[in-house]
Parts: sequence; structure tokens; C-alpha cells
Amino acid sequence: MVLISDILVQGVQMLLVLLLAPLLTGFVRKVKARLVRRQGASVFQPYRDLLRLLRKEVVLADNASWLFRVTPYITFAAIWVAAALVPTFATGLMFNWTADLIAIVALLGSARFFLALAGMDVGTSFGGIGSSREVMIAALSEPAMLLIVFCMALVAGSTQLSTVANFMASSYVGLRVSLGMAVIALIMVALAENARIPVDNPATHLELTMVHEAMVLEYSGRHLAMIEFGAFLKLLLYISLIACVFLPWKIAVFGTGPLAYAIGAGAYVVKLAVAGFSLALFETATAKMRVFRVPQFLGAALMLGLLGTLLLFVSRSF
Amino acid sequence: MACVSGLLGLAVLAIVLSGAKRATAIIYSATLAICALALFGSASFLIGGKVDASSVILPIGLPWLGAHFRLDALASFFLVVVNLGGASASLYGLGYGHHEEAPQRVLPFFPAFLAGMNLVVLADDAFSYLLCWEFMSLASWALVMAHHREAGNAKAGYIYLVMASFGTLALLLAFGLLAGPAGDYDFAAVRAAQHTPYVAALVLILMLLGAGSKAGLVPLHVWLPLAHPAAPSHVSALMSGVMTKVAIYGFIRVVFDLLGQPAWPASAVVLSLGGITAVMGILYAMMEKDLKRLLAYSTIENVGIIFASLGLALAFQANGLKLLAALAFTAALFHVLNHSFFKSLLFFGAGAALTATGERDMEKLGGLIHRMPFTSFAVLVGCVAISALPPFNGFVSEWLIFQAVLQSPELPQWGLKIMVPAVGALLALAAALAAACFVKAYGVAFLGRPRSGAAETAGEVDRYSRAAMFFLAALCLLAGILPGLVIDTLSPIAVEILGGAMPIQANEAWLSIVPIAEGRSSYNGLLVMVFITISASLAVYFIHRFASRALRRGPAWGCGFSDAVPAAQYSGGSFAQPIRRVFGTLLFGARDRVDMPAPGDVRPARLRIELHDLIWEGMYQPIAVAVGFSSERLNRLQFLTIRRYLSLVFATLVALLLVLAIWS
Repeated sequence: MVLISDILVQGVQMLLVLLLAPLLTGFVRKVKARLVRRQGASVFQPYRDLLRLLRKEVVLADNASWLFRVTPYITFAAIWVAAALVPTFATGLMFNWTADLIAIVALLGSARFFLALAGMDVGTSFGGIGSSREVMIAALSEPAMLLIVFCMALVAGSTQLSTVANFMASSYVGLRVSLGMAVIALIMVALAENARIPVDNPATHLELTMVHEAMVLEYSGRHLAMIEFGAFLKLLLYISLIACVFLPWKIAVFGTGPLAYAIGAGAYVVKLAVAGFSLALFETATAKMRVFRVPQFLGAALMLGLLGTLLLFVSRSF
Repeated sequence: MACVSGLLGLAVLAIVLSGAKRATAIIYSATLAICALALFGSASFLIGGKVDASSVILPIGLPWLGAHFRLDALASFFLVVVNLGGASASLYGLGYGHHEEAPQRVLPFFPAFLAGMNLVVLADDAFSYLLCWEFMSLASWALVMAHHREAGNAKAGYIYLVMASFGTLALLLAFGLLAGPAGDYDFAAVRAAQHTPYVAALVLILMLLGAGSKAGLVPLHVWLPLAHPAAPSHVSALMSGVMTKVAIYGFIRVVFDLLGQPAWPASAVVLSLGGITAVMGILYAMMEKDLKRLLAYSTIENVGIIFASLGLALAFQANGLKLLAALAFTAALFHVLNHSFFKSLLFFGAGAALTATGERDMEKLGGLIHRMPFTSFAVLVGCVAISALPPFNGFVSEWLIFQAVLQSPELPQWGLKIMVPAVGALLALAAALAAACFVKAYGVAFLGRPRSGAAETAGEVDRYSRAAMFFLAALCLLAGILPGLVIDTLSPIAVEILGGAMPIQANEAWLSIVPIAEGRSSYNGLLVMVFITISASLAVYFIHRFASRALRRGPAWGCGFSDAVPAAQYSGGSFAQPIRRVFGTLLFGARDRVDMPAPGDVRPARLRIELHDLIWEGMYQPIAVAVGFSSERLNRLQFLTIRRYLSLVFATLVALLLVLAIWS
């Protein structure tokens, strides 16, 4: 009985992230449109886009291999599993301990690896340029991510997200300089990983500025739907990550009953909305940077992470 | 157990006699059988978890010493690595060896090389250790020189010989210091003796030079990317996947086992060398366009990771944190095992591409996934595994290393406290760059459109080669989803060497691994694999059930300008360009020179990339120049008259006697 309810709650989370992800992206797009005084499409537009793509036929390039055809599914599955392992509305779910934060980041790395390979598969310049830039950004963001994990693990004594969230929620952690640095660094990494402004522009189709979009240029139909869905999920995942570690407000502790879960879910939706709004605000206010400015941007994230870690060495109360 | 190595020795003799015709099949099957036997024996010893070591003293070698051979848990683990690599290389050689133009240049040395590696691991006194080490080096040198007429191979062999002699010299001095004035070359006596801190520090440095040059630590790595690719591919696999591990075994045996516990500054040296080696190795690999040299450079990266992890183990051990030391040590050994799997696999894949197309240059390959589906699949598994991506094995060992890195606040020394996170960031950088590098290698060589006629007409390789590759690919996956088993198997070694071990993983629920405590961190490769499979199949099912299944083939989208020439697609050099610009300008002195003709001029525009190997130019070239200069000068001594020689002899004698008189 307990086992069944455990699995049920875990299943609810898996479905929840799946259902909310397009809505979040739609919301961000809507807010961005309103901020530049456009009407904007409905917040439900991403769902319609996905359905439309699913109904369309796939146009496959002549020399695309089997790898090109399985990549959308592998990518989507890896991101979905990663998103299901991050605590959203409750901590300590049945499978949370399957992978800690390092493993979740590595799962996203697997997804990116296959996507970058698919970009090289057709043998056009666009795929290649996208893949090569994407892996450069990943190579720079990964060390920064490790230092953020380090900083967090120093405070919470764990890399297990459930434990970290419980720790941050229960005891009075207070305002800490080091955590402040870590959260800024994490936001910078999240922007880079999700191909958002200022690192990449999700809306662009201008060849010289594309990174992520260039890599998936050859995809169409249901394959493209899977990839888009994966991108929505990834954005949701990073926001959940930031929320559960640095803002574990009202997050339900495992086994506290349906009411706590409901409150946790409500709080989660509010957090997503706030984060989505801030993201839209930030993206409207900044311009995209040149590709070769990205190392400086991510280098700053790395330095912030390192500084946070060193501050914690000096004193645990920073 | 020693009889197994004796068998290998017999095989050597047989091969020397048989030499020529039809020998390929016989010899590779014989080595396969013997390696399998030795593998079985050492694995059962390791899994049996016997604490007492079995040893044998043969009446050969130095008259007062004999030749000591001993099998303990550490040796048995490395025997597993050696013989697993040897068995798969023999299996691969069964097919691949038929393409050899001069088999008699490979066949005798292949089993000799294997026997040498086995003996190094088993040796239990300094004399036989060095003898076997030299035997291994020379056998591998002969294999490097197998294709001696190809351009560059002679140079590779020469540099390898020089570096190997240098390494052996360092080892010789190290063992001399360890033996002390009494001259106890037996390892048991060395282990029992007390070493002063100065001797310990000196031995550590000499071991870093000796074993490090064999393993490929930066800046002693220069021979490795030249020599490893020059050999036939299955031997390259052995050299990269196994021989570097034997060097690591030497380092572990001396520094961890014989030397006792070095002080913590030693760990800082090993750690930083490891971190730098990891990043430099993979950056070199990123710049490379020769497939086999790329793999050799990636070996340097992995050796760096292993050394960083060993340094971490030394740091914890020096502070008495036995559990954490065991964690870092086990992670290092796990990575040793993993690297021997996937590096052999990748070299086999490169060899398959080489036999199918005759090309090692990635810029002339491409599109092999259509023509060599099986090889491509196996190599893809290897690429994912070496890029440290879940659910494969490379990720597990790197994850364990990161877990050990995260424990660094336990260390009391400030220097280490600050250094370990920095090295951790270097390792993360190396891991991410490795993923980038293997996207490049696979993407350029196996995906895309064929870049040359040879790549267009390539065909699948023989079934022995495929069997060897699939065997290793399966091992990569198995070690990735059942890491607990491997960790438990490794724990007797940690007990033997460090006196502590990681918690037993077999007790954890659902086969997950928990390095310290469940609250801290855990990982379950099996469940991750199962989840990915389930969700991918769910997605496939729903989409094929409810979405459109229509599919149409068409030309690739070229923005109105379809580039029909395959050369116009993204090449390895262009793929590396962003990373070259970010890291290369400083570390390689990389410059892009664009020669753009003026408007109206019809000559083609050119882009020239300049890369400098700063270590080679800054360190080795001056040495080579100095040696050349001094030998030029000393050459004059060859043409003196007999009277001058006699006076020189006399002067030397007087000088030596004077030195002796002053000394005593």
C-alpha cells in the first residue's frame, strides 16, 4: 500500500513536469510579448505547436542515419528522467535518491551529447556550427556547475537534492554571502544551458547567431516536437532546481499527506510563475552577446562559485 | 599463478620458432586462450577475497636474490586489467591481423609484450621488476616499429626509446634509494624498512618521473601520442588501455605500498599534476585530426584523472581519513578498469575504420555509420562511456571521484582545502571537454557525408573484430549499471593497501551505490538506465500510436545554397575552432591567419591555423639542441692520436684518485 502510494506520488510528479513545461514556456513568451507591447500568442500556444508538429510528416535529410532518428527520443527521455528526479512540490520522493545533483547534470549532458551528434549527422554546415558552439558552452558551464554543487554541499552536507531542500527549508539557514554567490552563478549557468538571452536567442533564425536552433535545424515533424518538448522540460528543470535549493518555501516533506502536497504544488506553480516572469523581464532588458563573450560570462559564474566555496572555508557562517 | 605467466613465456618461444606462415590464427588463438585462463585465475583470486598472498621464488636473476613473484589483491586486479585487454586484443587480432603486411614483425612481440606486462605486475623484487619493465618496454618498442617504413614511425620509435630509457633510469634510482645501503631489493624487506622523509620525497619524485613518463603525465607525455598510434591498432589498444595501467600499478605499488605514508605535500604534487594532465591531454586531443592520435591524447587525459584521484587518496591517507582515502583510491582503480574497457574499444574502432578505408585522418572519413553499422554502434557506446555520461561506466568512476573531491573540507591543511576544489573544477572541465572531443571524433569520422572515395566505399569489418568490440561495449554498459559489484570486488585492495574500505555496496537497496552515507549522495545506474528505457519507449509508443507516422526523404536544408561538395561540411578543425579560440591562444599559441584576396582578385582565400606545442618547443627542443651541440663538440675526441688518448686516460685516473682521496 505504501509502495503503491509512493509510486503514485512519483508518477504524479513525472506527469506534472510534463504538463507544466509547455505552459511555463508559453507564459514566458506571453510576458515577453506584453513587455514589448505586443499582444503575443496565448499561453497555451506551445501545446498547440506540439500537437501541430506531431500531426505533420517528418522530412528527413537524404543521408540521415538511424542515430538522427533515435536522438529525439533519447534526448527527451534523458531530460524527462532528470526533471522527474528534481524535487518539485515534495522532497524525498521514491526515486529521488536514484541520482544526486551531479548525476542529474550528467543526464542533461547525455541529452546534449546525442543532440550535438545529431547536428553533425546530416553533414551540413549549420548542424556543425551549432554543435561545436553548444559543446563549447557546455565545456565552460560544467566546471562552474561543479563549484556551485561544491558550495551547496558544503552548506547542506549533501549533494542529494531532497536532503539539500529539506535542510534549506527546515533550519534557519539565513542570508549567506556564499549562497548568494552560488545562486547568481547557478542562474548564469541555467541561462547558458537553456540557450536563453544573453548566451543564445531561442527566437532567432539568423544563421550567425544561432547555437541551439542551428543544431536542430534539420529536424521536423514529430522529431522536432520531441526536441522542443525536451527544451521546455529543461527550462522547467532548472527553475525547479533553483527553487528547491534556494527557495524551498512550502515544499512538502515526504509522507505528510495530500494536503501538504497540494500546498506544495500550489507554491511550486507560484514559484514557476515568478521565475518565468523574471526571466522574461531579464531577457527583454538585455541584448544577446557575441559567442566569444560567452567564456567571460561563464568564467564569471565559475569565479562566483569558487569565491562562494572559499568564503565557506573561511567561515561556515558566511 | 606464476605458471600462467610461464605459459605466456612458452608462447613467446613457440612464436619465435614458428615465425611465418599461417601463424596469425594460431598465435592469436593461443594468446586468447592463455589470457582467458590468466584472467579467470586472477579474477577468481580477486573475487575470492583471500587476504594471504601467494608467492613464488624462482632461482633465476641475481644469485643472492632469486626472482620473487607474488600475487596479492592489487596485483590480481591489474592482472585482470592486463589479461582482459590481452584477451580482447587477441580476439580482435584474429581478424585484424590478416591485414598485416609483415606479420612476422608483430607476431613474436605481441605475446612477449603481454608476458612482460603480466610479469611486471607479478614481480616482487626490484631486480625482476626492472627487468620485466624493460622487457615490456622493448617488446612494445618493437611493436611500435612494426610499420617502420611509414613516415614518422621511425621518429616515434626513437623518441619512445629515449623516453623509456629515461623512465627506467628514474625507476632504477628510485629502487636504489628504497633499497638503501644494505641493498635489500626484495619488496618485503623494502616494505618493512623505515624511510626518512627526504628519501620518501625523492622516491616519489623519481616515481613520478619514471612511472609518470610511461603513463603519460604532462610534461613527460611527448612520446605517447607518437608511439601509441604508430603500432597496429590492437597493439595501440594494449599500449593505451593496458600498458599505461601497468605504469600506474608501479606508482601505486611503490608510493602506496612500499613507501608507507608520504606526507601531505606529496599529495598536492600528485593532485596538481593529475589535474593539469587531464585538461592538457584533452585539449591536445581536441586539436588533433588523426583519429588514433586523438585517442592517444585522450589516454593522457584519463591518466591525469587517475593520478588526481590517487593524489586525493594520498591526501586523505596522510591525514588518517581511511574511509575517504579508500573512496578516492577505489575511484581511481575503477577508472583504471573503465579506461581499459573503453580505450581498447575505441582503438579497435579506429583500427576498423583504418582497415576499411586506409585512413587515420578524420578529415578524410565521414559517413561510416551507413557503411559500417556494427562498428559504428560499438564505437558510439565507447564514445558515450569515455565522455563520462550516464548510464555508462565512465560516469560512475568520475562520479566517485567528484564525491571524494566534495569531501575535501575534512582535510586540515589549508593548501589542500583550496587546491582540491580547484582540481575538481579542472576535472569537470576535462570531462566536459572530453564530451566535446568525442562529439567531434564521432561526428566527423562516423557521421556526415563521406569526405573521400575511400570512406565512400568502406565495408564492415570481419566478425572477430566486431565480436571484440561488442564484448567491450557490453562490459562498458555492465560496469555502468552494476557499479556496486565492481566496488565490492575492489574493496580487498583498499583494505590491503590503505587499511580501510568503502562500505559494502551489496547491502544497498536496488543495487545503488552509496559512497559514504545515503543522506550525502547516492547513484543508481541500473534505475537510471531502466527509467530512460521506459520513458523513451513510452514516448515512442505514444507517438507512433497517436501522431503522424509519415516520413519523407529530401535533400538537406541549405538555405538556398546546397553545398554539393562534401568538403563543405563541418570539419574537425572547424568543430574545434570555438574551443581553440577560448583555450588555444594561451596554451598552444594558436593563431588563425586569414588571407583574403582583394576584390576583383581571383586567387582563393586561405585560412591558415598555427598551433604550437609549447611543451615540445619550450622543453624538449632546447634539450635536443643542447645534446646535439655537445655531441658535436665531443666528436673531436674521436680523432685524437694515441698519445693524447693515453694522457687523457692518465689525467682521468689521477682525477678519480684525487676525488677518492678527498672523499675519504
